[in-house]
Amino acid sequence: MIKVKINGQEQSWDGDPDLPLLWFLRDEAGLTGTKYGCGQALCGACTVIVDKQAVRACITSVNDVAGREVTTIEGLHPNGDHPVQKAWRQLNVPQCGFCQAGQIMQAAALLMDNPKPSHDQIREGMAGNICRCGCYQRIENAVHLASTGV
Amino acid sequence: MNFIDNPRKLRGFEKHIKVEKVSRRSILKGLGVTGGLVLAAPVMSRQALAYETGAGKMPHGVVVDPRVFVSVGADGIVTIVGHRSEMGTGVRTSLPLIVAEEMEADWSRVKVQQAHGDEVKFGNQDTDGSRSTRHYLIPMRQIGASARTMLEQAAAKRWGVPATEVKAVNHEVVHSASGRKLGFGELAADAAKESVPSIEGLKLKDPKNFRYLGKGQIGIVDLHDITTGKAHYGADVRLPGMKYAVIARPPVTGGKLVKFEPEEALKVPGVEKVMQVRGWPWPSKFQPLGGVAVIARNTGAAIKGRDALKLTWDDGPNGKYDSVAYRKELEEASRKPGLVLRKEGDADAALKSADKVIVGEYYLPHLAHVAMEPPVAVADVKGDKAEIWAPVQSPGGTREDVAKTLGIPEANVTVNVTLLGGGFGRKSKCDFAIEAALLSKELGAPVKVQWTREDDIHNGFLHTVSVERIEAGLDKSGKVIAWRHRSVAPSIASTFAAGTLHQAPFEIGMGLVDMPFEIANISCENPEAAAFTRIGWFRSVSNIPRAFAVQSMVGEIAQATGRDQKEMLLELIGSPRIVKPNVKDLWNYGEPQDSYPIDTARLRKVVELVAEKGEWGRKVPKGHGLGIAVHRSFVSYIATIVEVAVDDKGKLTVPRVDTAIDCGTYVNPERIASQIEGAAIMGLSLAKYGEITFKDGKVQQRNFDDFQVVRMDESPVVTNVFIVPPVSDTPPSGVGEPGVPPFAPALINAIFAATGKRIRSLPIGKQLEA
Ligand code: FES
Ligand code: FES
Repeated sequence: MIKVKINGQEQSWDGDPDLPLLWFLRDEAGLTGTKYGCGQALCGACTVIVDKQAVRACITSVNDVAGREVTTIEGLHPNGDHPVQKAWRQLNVPQCGFCQAGQIMQAAALLMDNPKPSHDQIREGMAGNICRCGCYQRIENAVHLASTGV
Repeated sequence: MNFIDNPRKLRGFEKHIKVEKVSRRSILKGLGVTGGLVLAAPVMSRQALAYETGAGKMPHGVVVDPRVFVSVGADGIVTIVGHRSEMGTGVRTSLPLIVAEEMEADWSRVKVQQAHGDEVKFGNQDTDGSRSTRHYLIPMRQIGASARTMLEQAAAKRWGVPATEVKAVNHEVVHSASGRKLGFGELAADAAKESVPSIEGLKLKDPKNFRYLGKGQIGIVDLHDITTGKAHYGADVRLPGMKYAVIARPPVTGGKLVKFEPEEALKVPGVEKVMQVRGWPWPSKFQPLGGVAVIARNTGAAIKGRDALKLTWDDGPNGKYDSVAYRKELEEASRKPGLVLRKEGDADAALKSADKVIVGEYYLPHLAHVAMEPPVAVADVKGDKAEIWAPVQSPGGTREDVAKTLGIPEANVTVNVTLLGGGFGRKSKCDFAIEAALLSKELGAPVKVQWTREDDIHNGFLHTVSVERIEAGLDKSGKVIAWRHRSVAPSIASTFAAGTLHQAPFEIGMGLVDMPFEIANISCENPEAAAFTRIGWFRSVSNIPRAFAVQSMVGEIAQATGRDQKEMLLELIGSPRIVKPNVKDLWNYGEPQDSYPIDTARLRKVVELVAEKGEWGRKVPKGHGLGIAVHRSFVSYIATIVEVAVDDKGKLTVPRVDTAIDCGTYVNPERIASQIEGAAIMGLSLAKYGEITFKDGKVQQRNFDDFQVVRMDESPVVTNVFIVPPVSDTPPSGVGEPGVPPFAPALINAIFAATGKRIRSLPIGKQLEA
């Protein structure tokens, strides 16, 4: 039996310990905010935060996060008012929105690590997250806005 | 194949041919007159409207009925139905916003409800072809005006005053003479009893009183849900007892399963069952390819189970498809005459007598859509009833195809439309929903079919591959006197009819025969090309190769004659005029020529605007270059300037992009900008990396590692968007797609300016490194 804390709640899993965290979150725990985009750590759609670090849930097994604390988009802020989320709304970032949970989690982790990133640092720090709709300009500006206070 | 004059008619086209024969226009007209409920677009005659669109010719036309689209609760909440699919364009916000504007509803008290697939009730729902605003601006205004009128009538009756004395203002109806007011909620019950006013008698708002339209200050309705993870996409649907499935499909289009050994898959923890899925013979339209499904308690187990399957396939007739060999065939075909589609003057003779002939042979490979959300669908089939939840661009078509496949009446199929995690044309094909329906029927339980990214790339409906060969003949003064364009590419129609060798009218009308230059001798030709994989619509479709070739050629002519690109472009466009190509039944994106002519004044205008705002001719640092391109598509006009920087190792960056768009009357400039910003990135992706190749009939790419798209660190540093204000009531035109085509040629022209290297084959790949 694997125990893991997700958004502050204890969850347990007694199935395949190698099951990717992504599918545990989505299909077993019903937390569908975290998305599947590639399954190979190539797109960032599945990004969650594990102990303050952005992690690709598609290549992280449930076993890997045993006893650790996982934060998904649903748990980022109780009212959805994390500075990154607020900046996102202020700049109307999303198009289809499918990549955005991953983008927001990546941005939140980036700002934890570097509260005042330069534009180049944002562009590099966010380069693991694909947006097929092409919202990059607004994502970059929103991360910047979040870092300077919304 | 000339019945394929409208791409959407390919959907169950046999039926639509019949409808056309008995004149669907007259049938619908009859309906409109009797009930005043269901009105087809043709009824909105020129008297009622400033312009006519092709909306009425779409399957099931247009429904203008406030009782279908609007409801007002006693609490004053106005619910407006969005009947188009939201895939990132903002349509789920903008169409209801039009209704709210016209009915004087306060947007903060409006809820948007997504329509399920029912075209009889809602009218056509195919969200593609950049059509939503252009087909629905006026109908949505009429719906809003009808609802407003009904509320006003109810208030007037309540007060016993003539309806002409009352007026709806911001969610209430006021009688200014007496100062009385009633909120929409208080009037809701009475208004519902009012008869629906006739369209002809409706008074639409004066645009100068618009609060929302054209302003761009309203965020999309799903903004909060998207940023908090609550937005529901196809993959997020969960039903009690739902099973998770992934399917192993034939690696070669048209291939068949010979044998499968499920034993190892069944040993994977969580896997419950392995079963065969029915496939349809090639060309299979939108029907599934067939294969073997692994059913499990979660998607992860299903994927692991599929990896453990032992499968034997018969690759069938397409097992030899090879991109390298096929490119040679296309190139050879482009060097010989082909079916002549447009002939003005005598291009052959003029090319022979020309002082100089410039030849450009351009190659653009297959592309995959790779919408961020791969295809996915949930189905629950019970007896002769089916319910589907899916991110589909074609809810009506999905309903038809699922019903037909299961052999049940359409009325028994409910298609719930979720948000789409991107579409780009891929989700106009409902094969994934049919797969889910077939599996659910057999299992007797709800099933989610999830495509992996690899499935999406291996088994998609790819953008075509093409060779575009243009020969331009110049006289002694450098004036272009001859233009011969041969376009060779397998047609989308090949996915529907075996033996298709020529492009369909809707493809040749995308930048080939509608070429707007003022040249005396023109020949547009289409040599034969067969298809060896499934070809489908990809955002902007054939405009991508055509704009690339035509606009690159403009750069080449400027280069050969030592002229400025922009001046060359304006010279070729020529005088402001309406272009009437000598083409039989010219396809004009389904729109009447009267409302949507090929207008070179508008084409010139966007070139001039982008040149001014984008500071064409500005000094750029060493290693940088500017390129320009313009293209009319989806009846909109777009010009783009790209500034590129190429370092001494051949690494390419894009410091700045400027785009000017003339899309006529518009609803939400903020979403127009986001579409154009995104189009620049999609354009850069396809130019830099976009290529699907085949060997032994199989796609050689699999995921974002070998089918790359642009990431943030290489995306344009800044993209500026300039929207031409509409002249009076210029008909609205497309926005979702037109931004893509001019990007790649502007980039390639910029690369030439920066490096002196002319790229004629996409993707750029390592070409600049040499
Ligand atoms: S789904 Fe995990 S990185 Fe793409
Ligand atoms: S918003 Fe659609 S993929 Fe990013």
